Amino acid sequence: MANITLKDIAHSYTGASDNPDDYALQKLNLTWRDGGAYALLGPSGCGKTTLLNIISGLLIPTKGQVLFNDDDITRLPTEQRNIAQIFQFPVIYDTMTVFQNLAFPLKNRGRTQAEIEPRVIELAKMLGLEKDLYTKAQHLTADAKQKISLGRGLIRQSVNAILFDEPLTVIDPQLKWELRSQLKYLHKQFGFTMIYVTHDQTEALTFADEVIVMYEGQIVQVGTPEALFQRPEHTFVGYFIGSPGMNIVPCVLQGNKVLIEGHEITLDCHYPEQAASAKIEVGVRPEYLSLAQPDKKGLPVKIIKVDDVGRHKIVRVALNDHLFHVVISEISAMTGDEASLVFDTAHTNIYVNDHLIAGEKP
Amino acid sequence: MQLELRNVCKKVGSEFHISDVSLTFESGTLNILLGPTLSGKTSLMRLMAGLDKPSSGTVHFSGQDVTGVPVQKRNAAMVYQQFINYPNLTVFENIASPLRIARVAAPEIKKRVAKVAELLKLKNMLKRSPQELSGGQQQRTALARALVKEADLVLLDEPLANLDYKLREELREELPRIFSETGSIFVYATTEPSEALLLGGNTASLHQGKVTQFGPTIGVFSRPQNLITAKTLSDPPLNTLPVTKLNNKMMFKSQVEIPILGRLPHLPDDDYTIAFRPHHLYLSPTSDQAIAVKAKVVVTEITGSESYVHIDIAGIRWVLLAPGIHNFDVHETIDIFMDPSKFYVFDSNDSLVVTPETVADV
Repeated sequence: MANITLKDIAHSYTGASDNPDDYALQKLNLTWRDGGAYALLGPSGCGKTTLLNIISGLLIPTKGQVLFNDDDITRLPTEQRNIAQIFQFPVIYDTMTVFQNLAFPLKNRGRTQAEIEPRVIELAKMLGLEKDLYTKAQHLTADAKQKISLGRGLIRQSVNAILFDEPLTVIDPQLKWELRSQLKYLHKQFGFTMIYVTHDQTEALTFADEVIVMYEGQIVQVGTPEALFQRPEHTFVGYFIGSPGMNIVPCVLQGNKVLIEGHEITLDCHYPEQAASAKIEVGVRPEYLSLAQPDKKGLPVKIIKVDDVGRHKIVRVALNDHLFHVVISEISAMTGDEASLVFDTAHTNIYVNDHLIAGEKP
Repeated sequence: MQLELRNVCKKVGSEFHISDVSLTFESGTLNILLGPTLSGKTSLMRLMAGLDKPSSGTVHFSGQDVTGVPVQKRNAAMVYQQFINYPNLTVFENIASPLRIARVAAPEIKKRVAKVAELLKLKNMLKRSPQELSGGQQQRTALARALVKEADLVLLDEPLANLDYKLREELREELPRIFSETGSIFVYATTEPSEALLLGGNTASLHQGKVTQFGPTIGVFSRPQNLITAKTLSDPPLNTLPVTKLNNKMMFKSQVEIPILGRLPHLPDDDYTIAFRPHHLYLSPTSDQAIAVKAKVVVTEITGSESYVHIDIAGIRWVLLAPGIHNFDVHETIDIFMDPSKFYVFDSNDSLVVTPETVADV
């Protein structure tokens, strides 16, 4: 059990260099406290797997140190780091029973049968595998196999951290719900430090207490799921989190007012004046937009498309060339394709050169 | 143009991979095959393409029996989960390759490649090699190659499964437009109910090689004719409760009494399954008909703006989706509320007997 600190870590696959463009991972500092549930979230190529490999010891970073508590383990090989890893595809022994698979990491470390048995049975119960304990793994379904993988990661009580690399990718949607909640439950029960790498925002947000969002080799925000949703600090976070993502459109900022294509909206906050060259955008989530009858207070928009996805409707509207997504439960009041787009100003953010700026409440 | 399967079976060894499937797809429509892994999606597509021959039953194209006709002699195109492109050819040549094989004249090739490249937003990528493209662009290239043939039948087998979440979202939004601009019959396999709902069109719900329902996607979602279809279309999963109706009482394990309201009085005494969606379970009563139940919290998952509370009611697992952030402790007992107007009821044969009272309650 340990706090994990990444100190001035940077990595270039082509070796040390002074050119920042050579770095797949730009310089970063992070501390993960013992027992936390963390997610590394970002698109392919954002550097999340590079970071995971640095923690697991598969990669030695070009720069910086990895600390477990105060011990520098930057150059320590994987097997001496006392971590468990769970991958996209189940890593299990097909010809062994579930019991033998779960017991394997303990047996390997010379534990006695008397120590192993109660632990294996306890864990199998938590994973819902107790009925299959003496079944060979090859006869089980994909999700049961992934549960065994999880179990092998959780079986040793002394691990410093458990690392997950896209563990639910090959699992069907309905079973994902079961495995995801089980994983979270096990985290609450055992209190291991867990680090979960994914490109799937739902998995990241539902699993983690704190999500690290990465983009082009950099950390763009570290925060709770709520913070990432309500106050994205970077336009990328706004776009990447939420489905559909945040609407981000260019605007002119004048104190507590914004002009979008010449239409004025009064905001809740007053914002400082920005440089003339600055890129200024307004960001609002589809959930915080609504549609009213045309000519009401709001932006005059044209309804392009309505998708009924069951629980709600996703409406695409256009204001000249700018497209907005609106999430609403009912659209029955609308006739024709004209509507007024109304902003919930308590949830409307301003971005300058892609970064969130704070305003002052009057 | 029309594709028709009549009582098609596919037997491999002693196992039925497809059993007695009859379906009719019209030209210019999108038809989704929805079901978990091994439910028969790929097997069915292979029969439609002519890659496999059915053990019994017939396949008809525009009224003509094509059952024994091999894939080479049918006008079909297929896109797989793994994007397959020729690495040593440019994007233009990748897209043009089926036309070159068919010995189409060069000016016609140029015209048709330009048209699909425009449709799939690849116009500026035509001179590049596939490795220089993002995953989304590579899959778009594979799609373009399928579309350029202007085949009568286009089969897409989980085409977005290997893409990042956000890329998937973008392509999903574009696909219905692409489908509607060509006159082909589209067949699209997916494991994800949310994907089916976003794409719209028609859906065939698959379970163990059988079609459990076929019709417009939103209709199959809102009026599932049987319990297995209801479950297949639901993500988050549907909550279910087995009950027994006897002498004007409806009981679950003689613990929870369900008041006999709405359309429930008309049901004869028997065993039933009540089903309802996670967002139709509440943390506070929503009407005077609300039914209060004590539940034990298993775990709470928080997304940015909502909470999924996983709960246990006398050994049955449900998910409650509530707006806002709610942090419950593991094993905490809470009061939850069901709304009988949102109930689906299935009889002892799992056939639908009661639907929610209004469409808005679906």
